[in-house]
Amino acid sequence: MKEIPNLNYINRLSKGNKVFAKNLVDIIKKELPREVETYQLHLNEGDFDKTAEDVHKINHKIKILGLENGCRMAEEYRIGLLKKSIKLKQDFESILTSMLIFIEKVYV
Amino acid sequence: MNCIVIDDEETSRAIVGHLVENNPNVQLLDSFSCAINAIKYLNEYSIDLVFLDIHMPTFTGFDFIRTVKNAPKIILTTSDRDFALDAFEYDCIIDYFMKPITQERFNKGVEKALSSNKDAAEIVDSTLPDEAIDDLYVNIDRRLVKIDIPSINLIQAKGDYILLKTDSKNYMVHSTLKKIVDKLPQDDFLKVHRSYVINTKKIIDIEDNSVLIGKDVIPVSRSNRAELLRRLNRL
Repeated sequence: MKEIPNLNYINRLSKGNKVFAKNLVDIIKKELPREVETYQLHLNEGDFDKTAEDVHKINHKIKILGLENGCRMAEEYRIGLLKKSIKLKQDFESILTSMLIFIEKVYV
Repeated sequence: MNCIVIDDEETSRAIVGHLVENNPNVQLLDSFSCAINAIKYLNEYSIDLVFLDIHMPTFTGFDFIRTVKNAPKIILTTSDRDFALDAFEYDCIIDYFMKPITQERFNKGVEKALSSNKDAAEIVDSTLPDEAIDDLYVNIDRRLVKIDIPSINLIQAKGDYILLKTDSKNYMVHSTLKKIVDKLPQDDFLKVHRSYVINTKKIIDIEDNSVLIGKDVIPVSRSNRAELLRRLNRL
């Protein structure tokens, strides 16, 4: 079954502090598209090491949005990139798409 | 205990900031997206604890640890388990948080930092010989740091800490204004406000309710103004 992003971690962390939760979501809304853009840039340039770093960075947000399987897959993809393999590119990018859609629409 | 956070990811800095707010034992003084800027800050201020990301572009967390002189206690924050073994090769690293960090795990790390710090919290109640009266030894991160008393411009209370500003450097020390006033020559130092003690020899000028010392404008409370004026050699 396909995982769906969620706010469980953010809700647990904020303990009802709506201001903090909203602030954190706003930061992710701003930061995630930039990280995805950097990832795509490095991938297009064929810089696998930097792309692997970008995947590592994005993986934190994958965990924040509760995508446990996605996180494991991203880690496999990152390791693959270090060996110049992009076998899991499509799977990873489908996670990115679901996160971007979720975070854009989510309301705290 | 004061702390700073170093992480190039804004999301992480916001999370650590929130975790700090919800822990009564730590106070966040500043956040840095770049470790190089944090090194400059550490050269000016004494910091008890650093929450440090490992993966940062151009200058990594480990570059930071290798570069900083007299590293404070460090808790690494990372999404990567692979560095755990490397981390404990450094004495200054006391814990290792996997992201995303929970409040429970954060509090445990802070406890660890506190317990390794319990002997290093106060100005040393020294019985210094008379000839050493120009020096004050303060305990900063388990080191006794000598401060030349005449070089102190002012001392500011900051919560559980005091900020000592000297001609060349600033020191953040876990103590109170009352404790430090007892260690300073009474003829030169005066409490002019509930949060400030000044070195009267360093006064540049005085306005109605403030004094200028270096570049700092220090408020003078009404009750302390008379004593301040009494000490001046006025024409």
